[in-house]
Amino acid sequence: MRTKTRKALSNVVVALCGAAVLLALVPLFFVFFYVVKQGFSSLNWDFFTKMPKPVGEKGGGMANAIVGTLVLIAIAGAIAIPIGITAGVYLSEYGKQRFASLVRFTADILNGVPSIVIGIFAYGLAVLPVKHFSALAGGLALAFMMVPIITRTTEELLNLVPGTLREGSLALGATRARAAFSVMVPAALPGIMTGILLALARIAGETAPLLFTAFNNRFFTTRLDQPISSLTVQVYTYAISPYEDWHRQAWAGALVLVAVVFIFSVLARVVTRRLERMHRV
Amino acid sequence: MSDTMATDVDAPPQSDPNRPPMARPEVPSAASDDGSDASRRLRMETRKLNFWYGAKQALYDISLKIPEKSVTAFIGPSGCGKSTYLRCLNRMNDIIPDTRVEGDVLLDKNDIYQSGMDIVDLRRRVGMVFQKSNPFPKSIFDNVAYGLKINHMAHGSALRERIEKALKQAAIWDEVKDRLDTSAMGLSGGQQQRLCIARAIAVEPEVILMDEPCSALDPIATGKVEELIYELKRDYTIVIVTHNMQQAARVSESTAFFMMGRLVEHDRTEKIFTNPGGRITEDYITGRFG
Repeated sequence: MRTKTRKALSNVVVALCGAAVLLALVPLFFVFFYVVKQGFSSLNWDFFTKMPKPVGEKGGGMANAIVGTLVLIAIAGAIAIPIGITAGVYLSEYGKQRFASLVRFTADILNGVPSIVIGIFAYGLAVLPVKHFSALAGGLALAFMMVPIITRTTEELLNLVPGTLREGSLALGATRARAAFSVMVPAALPGIMTGILLALARIAGETAPLLFTAFNNRFFTTRLDQPISSLTVQVYTYAISPYEDWHRQAWAGALVLVAVVFIFSVLARVVTRRLERMHRV
Repeated sequence: MSDTMATDVDAPPQSDPNRPPMARPEVPSAASDDGSDASRRLRMETRKLNFWYGAKQALYDISLKIPEKSVTAFIGPSGCGKSTYLRCLNRMNDIIPDTRVEGDVLLDKNDIYQSGMDIVDLRRRVGMVFQKSNPFPKSIFDNVAYGLKINHMAHGSALRERIEKALKQAAIWDEVKDRLDTSAMGLSGGQQQRLCIARAIAVEPEVILMDEPCSALDPIATGKVEELIYELKRDYTIVIVTHNMQQAARVSESTAFFMMGRLVEHDRTEKIFTNPGGRITEDYITGRFG
């Protein structure tokens, strides 16, 4: 009898877990489904290759915004990846010092700062002094968002590398820093790469930090000191516009964004698996 | 010569029974060519070495002499301080926070704890093999090349030659020569440990410290590593920590018995195992405790 109730209870709990998973996945599914449904029909070759048309004219595309997003991601990565990895190495190798726990705490806080606040900060730092918006300012804002993610990921993954590797390196005459960068970081590289790609995917979808840093640009540019367009800001602008054709393009832009994030995530998995296979046999 | 719980036992191994015991066995130079262990030059020595982890003292007044080109084994129950002592010999304990050392550790008569000591150079000269094999997640070639590269000792064809030499010395060349570019992680446990030994000897150290190098290996792999140790002592000074009494008896010329942070007895291995000086040593060796 008791066995029966116990089994029944177990089944109920399992069922509840399943229901929770469904509830969590349903919104994701609907977002994905809706974006694909609305966006796919508006997606055409022009969207990728053409520039936005003036108001009132139909057609055109978001070539400038797609390139702009890639430029912004590249700037952010170039700034945040070296800083994030180095800071992560510091936390992992010298993490017991008081200053390190301060760094760790700060990184966690920074990770939780609303992206709009980060945007304002970058505005004050890189837009106000030169009196105009720029791709550089946008990239900087995105880099601020990336640094804490990469720092913490790097630290956590380095902590998973057996300390015996560090000792092995030191015992051969390596300095502490040498051991960290020539043995520990390469050993943790698959995971660190995943962290970086996921961080890139995350910032690729950010709008708020770009609103008053990179701003927007209706023309094609790759100049870093000029305002630059991005998919997110473009989607935002088009989505709140009164024009039917712009709404259509906003959906297409949203779909491309989702695809970019998806590609980064898949890439993260593939790269991780590749590198891991190289390491273990 | 050796007595129980002495704090200042320093008996260099003496295999030649005709030699009169020396009052202060400094470098025995007169008989340096007769091949006996006692004739060997001292390579390392500690004088009154004390060591603390925080407030807890782990080593008490250890004075010990390590002659060159021989195998010195450290035995003793877990937690007796033998690994701690071993790690003092290349200052590996430096990386553990809140540790403190007192006393002298001499390598070729120079105190390695003096302030001007280049710790990188020290660790090049005093290599180490660890309990658990720890090959880097790199290719076999890069594992052995690592020490040579960071010490700027060789590159190009000279690098290749030295790697081949080290792998041959470590008796693993035949097993890996066709797969030098594959990951070291694909080797078996015993092969990994021999690779780590090759990595250690590639930089041509004077002393090799081995911290229970066979504890994770099966008997066959253990046998191979022991054979290797036997070969290596012709060129290197080897200090080995082991939990395996038979292993100490098989590979070493002299054995030091540690207990509770003290050096209880240090003598020729043969003597320790057949006629130990102290009761505690005898009890430990015969398996009555530990």
